[in-house]
Amino acid sequence: MSNKYLQFRRRFTDYLATFVAALLSAVVVGTLVAIFAYLVIKGAGSVNWAFLTRTPKPVGEIGGGMANALVGSALILGMGSLMGIPFGIGAGIYLAEYGRNRFGAVVRFTADVLNGVPSIVIGLVAYGLVVFTEGHFSAFAGGVALAIMMVPMVARTTEQMLLLVPQAVREAAFGLGIPQWRTTISITLATARAGILTGIMLAFARIAGETAPLMFTALGNQFWSFSANQPIAAVPLQIYTYALSPYDDWHRQAWAGALVLVALIVGTISLVRFIFARSTLREAR
Amino acid sequence: MPTAVEVRDLKAWFGKTEALHGINIAVESNHATAVIGPSGCGKSTFVRCLNRMHETIPEAKAQGEVKIGGMDIYGVPAVDVRRKVGMVFQKPNPFPSMSIYDNVAAGLKLNGTRNRKTLDEVVEHSLRQAALWDEVKDVLKKKSGASLSGGQQQRLCIARALAVDPEVMLMDEPASALDPISTAKIEDLIFELKQRLTIVIVTHNMQQASRVAEYTGFFLMGHLVEFDRTEKIFTNPSDKRTEDYITGRFG
Amino acid sequence: MTRIRFHQELDDLKHRILAMAGMAEQAIDLSVQAYSQRDPALCQRVLNNEGAINRAEREVDEFAIDLLAMQQPMAIDLRFILAVIKINADLERVGDQAVNIAQRVLNMIELPASELPVDIPAMATKVRAMVRDALRSFIEGDTELARHVLEGDDEIDRMNHEAFATLSKYMQDHPEGAVQALDALSVARNLERVADHATNISEDVIFWVRGADVRHGAGQTLAGS
Repeated sequence: MSNKYLQFRRRFTDYLATFVAALLSAVVVGTLVAIFAYLVIKGAGSVNWAFLTRTPKPVGEIGGGMANALVGSALILGMGSLMGIPFGIGAGIYLAEYGRNRFGAVVRFTADVLNGVPSIVIGLVAYGLVVFTEGHFSAFAGGVALAIMMVPMVARTTEQMLLLVPQAVREAAFGLGIPQWRTTISITLATARAGILTGIMLAFARIAGETAPLMFTALGNQFWSFSANQPIAAVPLQIYTYALSPYDDWHRQAWAGALVLVALIVGTISLVRFIFARSTLREAR
Repeated sequence: MPTAVEVRDLKAWFGKTEALHGINIAVESNHATAVIGPSGCGKSTFVRCLNRMHETIPEAKAQGEVKIGGMDIYGVPAVDVRRKVGMVFQKPNPFPSMSIYDNVAAGLKLNGTRNRKTLDEVVEHSLRQAALWDEVKDVLKKKSGASLSGGQQQRLCIARALAVDPEVMLMDEPASALDPISTAKIEDLIFELKQRLTIVIVTHNMQQASRVAEYTGFFLMGHLVEFDRTEKIFTNPSDKRTEDYITGRFG
Repeated sequence: MTRIRFHQELDDLKHRILAMAGMAEQAIDLSVQAYSQRDPALCQRVLNNEGAINRAEREVDEFAIDLLAMQQPMAIDLRFILAVIKINADLERVGDQAVNIAQRVLNMIELPASELPVDIPAMATKVRAMVRDALRSFIEGDTELARHVLEGDDEIDRMNHEAFATLSKYMQDHPEGAVQALDALSVARNLERVADHATNISEDVIFWVRGADVRHGAGQTLAGS
């Protein structure tokens, strides 16, 4: 008698747990879908050729676009990635392969703390390091700020991915007489590259939307700029400025900018995944 | 017959714990020598000292004289020792990110050999020696090392180790994760390889030791208790401890 | 101690071979007694028991082979099983010799008794002692006793040769008693063969316990070790 009850209870608990998990997942996905849908609703109408190719019009005038912000974001993100990714991977390699000691523990702790530092504070640091010493705002300073944010993120995920590579793989390499540095680069890193790439993409997505650190570094710019040493426009900055303004036209453009920003991030990640998916196809077999 | 591996008073530690207490052994070239003993007796530790893999473990230390083909392994860089002494592990461990070809070529490529023709020749030769060539020759660069069956993966690892042309091959329970047919293939392989190399094989399986090895060493708690021709060890061992182990009275 | 089932089966094997040994010993005892007492009933018993001995030989061999295949015995266990297989064959031959003696006695009884110049019963007593000692050396694993049995074989060979010489002369002098003489000679030869089997059993015991192959005189130099 009690056996039947137990059976029923077990099955009920099982279904309940599955249901709750599905429900929560639906909430998450639903939220994402809702955000994107809202963006589309509010912004799709304003995304047009003019928006994508023109610079902002003077205050009060209708029209114009965010072309310079798009270019500016690309430049800042490019510089940030170029500086942040190598340092991040390097730190990750150190932590995983050589850092099982006191110093490694210190580095790890520092990275975790940095990950938690508010982005605006990082912006201020970059201000002090670059803007103050150079005497002017610049795209480069923005890149530095974003790089500082990228490094601990990439370092920790790289470390985790490298640690997932079984020790047996490294031992096989040592057994062949391959030195440790070569093993790390050609074998361990290669084995973990899918996961490391994911980590980089996540870090990239994070910094692509950062606004606060750019406020005191890149500053923003009404006009075209392709120089690293001058203030430059960036999409998040522009959105921020427009959203807080009292002009409806600018509000409209802020929505459009938000939509474009999200679309570009998703697009970039998808593109990178696609390119690298072909080379990792073999392992999937 | 010249001895391929001469070990004198080899001691090894894990941190403060002494795991090997002064091992003395002479391994004959072009023969297979089996190392048997209960779990934790030090046989894997011993074998891993022979190619200086023991020291890759943090806080591990080894001391004593080990000569491979006359060369003192502590007098040269560890990397050089490992090119002379190959190793095959218990669980097959092909490089997951590489194709079959790249796996076999890895030892050469990553140590500087670039010549395409040389690599092609060595890869084919090694795969033939490992009795795997016919099974994979059409998919060398298309299939990854990890997509083969367990027995094939282990032969791939053997081919990979053979590619660097070692004098001595260490095998740490190479067939324990494999089915009987794959095991038999590996044992046949050992029989072939003996003509070119010296083999030291750690095994839990005494029947395997008796099938493939001319000499057998019995380890117990970090000591080499007895070392003799395999037939003697298994029909009439000199030491009671050896007899108790092989008759299954303990271990 | 591990491998409980295996050790139980080894004990089982020992019991079976000892049961077999009992049957073989009894056969010899009965046949020798039949000779002394010229008793046909005893001869018949020996003939009747032959089937049981042959059956037992088959069973012991089968059991031993199974143990070899299924348990992969090593060292002393392997030597033990091999020794048992060989002792098994020797015991079956001993049974055969007892049957030969019994048949010979049945022939003898048909003829009138005659005084022959050979002491078969004395030889028989020595041979039975050798068999008993060989089997005890197996039970105890006593290589000293086994060696003692090996040494006793010379005496039996001597007695056999003596019997041959004596009976040959007797047959020349007393041609009418030739058949009885031949019967006696035959029995002497049977006893000599039983003694040989006893020495084989002792050699197998030494092989099992020491791992030394002392057959065909190879062990004489090891006498001190």
